[in-house]
Amino acid sequence: MRYAETGFNLEVDLTRGSIERVPTDPRLTELHLGGLGTNARMFWDRVPPEVEPFSPDNLLVFGTGLLVGTPAPGCNRTVVSCISPQTRFFAFSMMGGFWGPELKLAGYDKLVVRGRSPELVYLWINDGKVEIRDASRLRGLGSLETAELIRQELNEPHAQVASIGLAGENRVFFASIEQGRSSASRLGVGAVMGDKNLKAVAVKGSQDINIARPAEFLQMCNEALQFIKVREKNPIPGVMPILAGLGSPQEMAIHDEKWHTENFAWGNARHRRKDFWTDEVKEAWTGTMETMRTRLLSCYNCPMKCGAAISVDTRMCSYMMKCFSKLTYTMAAFADLNFGLRIAQKATEHGVDAFSAPQTMAFALELLEAGILTEKDMPGLPASNEGKFYWLLDRIVRREGIGDILANGTYWAAKEIGKGAEEYAHNNIKKTEQLPLKLGMLNPIYFLMYCTGEKANITQIEGNFPQAPFNTREEREAFVANWEQVPDERFKQWFLEWETRGEKSIPQYPSVDATCEIVHWQEKMHYIDDATGMCAGLSSFPLKPPFHIHILPKLISCGAGLDLDEARLNHVTRRNRTLVRANNIRRGLTREDEKPPEDHWRKRFPELEKKLLDEYYKFKGWNLDGIPTHATLHELDLDYVAEDFLRRGILPRETASPPLPGSSKGGAA
Amino acid sequence: MTSDSSKPRTIKTIKINVDKCNGCRACEVICSAFHAQPRYSSTNPARARVRVIREPLASIYVPVYAGEYTAAECAGRDKYTIDGKEYAECAFCRASCPSRGFFKEPDSDLPLKCDMCESDPSLKEPLCVQWCLTDALTFEERQVEETPAPAPEEVDAGLEALANKHGWDKVRDALGRLAKEE
Ligand code: SF4
Ligand code: SF4
Ligand code: SF4
Repeated sequence: MRYAETGFNLEVDLTRGSIERVPTDPRLTELHLGGLGTNARMFWDRVPPEVEPFSPDNLLVFGTGLLVGTPAPGCNRTVVSCISPQTRFFAFSMMGGFWGPELKLAGYDKLVVRGRSPELVYLWINDGKVEIRDASRLRGLGSLETAELIRQELNEPHAQVASIGLAGENRVFFASIEQGRSSASRLGVGAVMGDKNLKAVAVKGSQDINIARPAEFLQMCNEALQFIKVREKNPIPGVMPILAGLGSPQEMAIHDEKWHTENFAWGNARHRRKDFWTDEVKEAWTGTMETMRTRLLSCYNCPMKCGAAISVDTRMCSYMMKCFSKLTYTMAAFADLNFGLRIAQKATEHGVDAFSAPQTMAFALELLEAGILTEKDMPGLPASNEGKFYWLLDRIVRREGIGDILANGTYWAAKEIGKGAEEYAHNNIKKTEQLPLKLGMLNPIYFLMYCTGEKANITQIEGNFPQAPFNTREEREAFVANWEQVPDERFKQWFLEWETRGEKSIPQYPSVDATCEIVHWQEKMHYIDDATGMCAGLSSFPLKPPFHIHILPKLISCGAGLDLDEARLNHVTRRNRTLVRANNIRRGLTREDEKPPEDHWRKRFPELEKKLLDEYYKFKGWNLDGIPTHATLHELDLDYVAEDFLRRGILPRETASPPLPGSSKGGAA
Repeated sequence: MTSDSSKPRTIKTIKINVDKCNGCRACEVICSAFHAQPRYSSTNPARARVRVIREPLASIYVPVYAGEYTAAECAGRDKYTIDGKEYAECAFCRASCPSRGFFKEPDSDLPLKCDMCESDPSLKEPLCVQWCLTDALTFEERQVEETPAPAPEEVDAGLEALANKHGWDKVRDALGRLAKEE
């Protein structure tokens, strides 16, 4: 019997219209767990680097994490993978909500879609019965409208539906896949779904998910729930309110947005507004939220309710949102929250990423102001500021006129427009838009995370270590007193000594070595979550979460019937992380790609930055070009990657031995 | 039939506050795990004895508990509108009924019924309540006195009424038959 996982993938070839239920190799579970780990392996095995994002050979994989659907609170993540049209690298965009557990309950760990359907279709997975169905009448409809119509057509009110809107159908590079409460938004996974002519996937399941060691597993779940109760009553002092508790940043529940509105940049990641959060703004925005937010919503089997139903002029729910998408449209347009929540409804129905879309629109208006684009490029552009944003959104998702260019995101659009437009596409890493942050002093920890985060999204690598030092030694001592989540005591020491100014402050402190360890720890926790399907909100993202490195090996073992301790879980995680990188190295990722936006910090330190990257690469067991060495690959049972690298000339033969210093026993664990 | 006229009875109530429900289905998850054999060895909300009627776009979230089995569906149905929101047909009904997918074992179609997590030793609170951290589900136990037996004069009066209607012979026969069955 297989535990936690079902042991089957659902393989659908949309070109041939074939559907297969394929047993999976239990050895792959031992090597990679599930979710991102097994996705990365599948892409390595089946998607050679020549495959274009919009090719029938590109795979679109919905991979549930290993523990998804078990009673472990918050284990509901699906990792959606494909080759991204925007970065042209291996994409892994996560969605929570309800879809992943339902797929598991229907009896599949992954849905693997290949080929391209001649007509627009949707997929209906009802336990063992799977159909490809006509979706022509859904063409052009919004993502939520689509989900609703499919549920009606099937007469299945409780089917879970993941769908694309107009943006996905028109292959907008930052199109999302929406599923009501959650979405897979980053890196254009919705565009690849649209390219496959797949409008939606509806799923309903009623199979059992087995637990290997039930009593122990349940006890761990109960302890986590108890921990959550206590932790929620004790927010961390000295941290901005939305980050003081658990879950995603609590922007649906908490009205205080001083931190985001004053520290993040408005417009096209351009302007800080330092005294923005006045009493009047606070009152007005609280009023907006209190009127339009009609219910707080959780994902499957999680108490955290990070999301909310937003009601636009109705008692019903118009759409659902969470986190910073609350503010991205408002801030891009220098508008108020009311505007932001209203346009987000349209954007959700069209299915676009709430980081990239507003920035791309603000970028277009900057180009207009700079005379790089002219009124002629935007015939019919309304006079009002807010009207302009609605107009641009519409052009982009329809790929009409200038929208066709903007639909590729700021990086590719700037290249196509030329005339100096590149200067304005200033907030990208690896060709994709980042959070709108522009700061003063280089932070070494964030420098490395921005450079090397394979997902090119800071929230998917930062987490368990505080973002900034606390003011006083006393506060820091209080913080480390019950910090059981750290891998070892050194992390406490580094935090204790971290000062806001003086010798022991950024950029020189934490030291290069400590920085490598801190970054590695935070990243590691995300890779574990991405393999188990645990929501980052209960594990890798917040400070002092219920799930951490001293708990997860046992939880995974009891759930899935594996035999993991910390060392073994660290090893598997390193293997997964390295394999993700290997996919991208093979697709051309170089050290040159690994840098933050030039203007991310005003004060930069080229020598220190070089040293940081050199040392981190070594720490990870990569060479100075950022390529995993032979020794590292061998140690991680990835000799097949090394062979491929040799064949392609990515790794030279002569480094086969001896290994680079620090590569085989690098501190990375 | 013997009944101790003053014995208190325990009524167990799960109070459901639909306004607080965040739709997470933890109640379904843990109920199905609790009733798995062996306990907690599997989970499958389709086997749960509580199901959350969810209509996200109508902002409707109603946890409903499995009640009695009914062989035939109702001829007349009900459909509520509350606070401007129309609820699905039978939304508030607890029956395990042929007309709905809920409250049946997926493989055998055998009816499911909430047993308040009956177990030995008994739990301090049903599990769905324990796992509902948002307090949409809370638990209350109260003691009630058993309805006291009717006073003898009342029985006399009742019998007299029956005798007037059917004659004493018939009443005596009926009493004899019932006493035997008892
Ligand atoms: S922590 Fe928040 S985002 Fe994560 S699973 Fe729970 S409700 Fe969903
Ligand atoms: S556990 Fe509570 S909040 Fe979650 S669905 Fe059930 S009743 Fe609603
Ligand atoms: S009280 Fe127990 S049996 Fe009844 S629904 Fe809740 S968990 Fe299930």
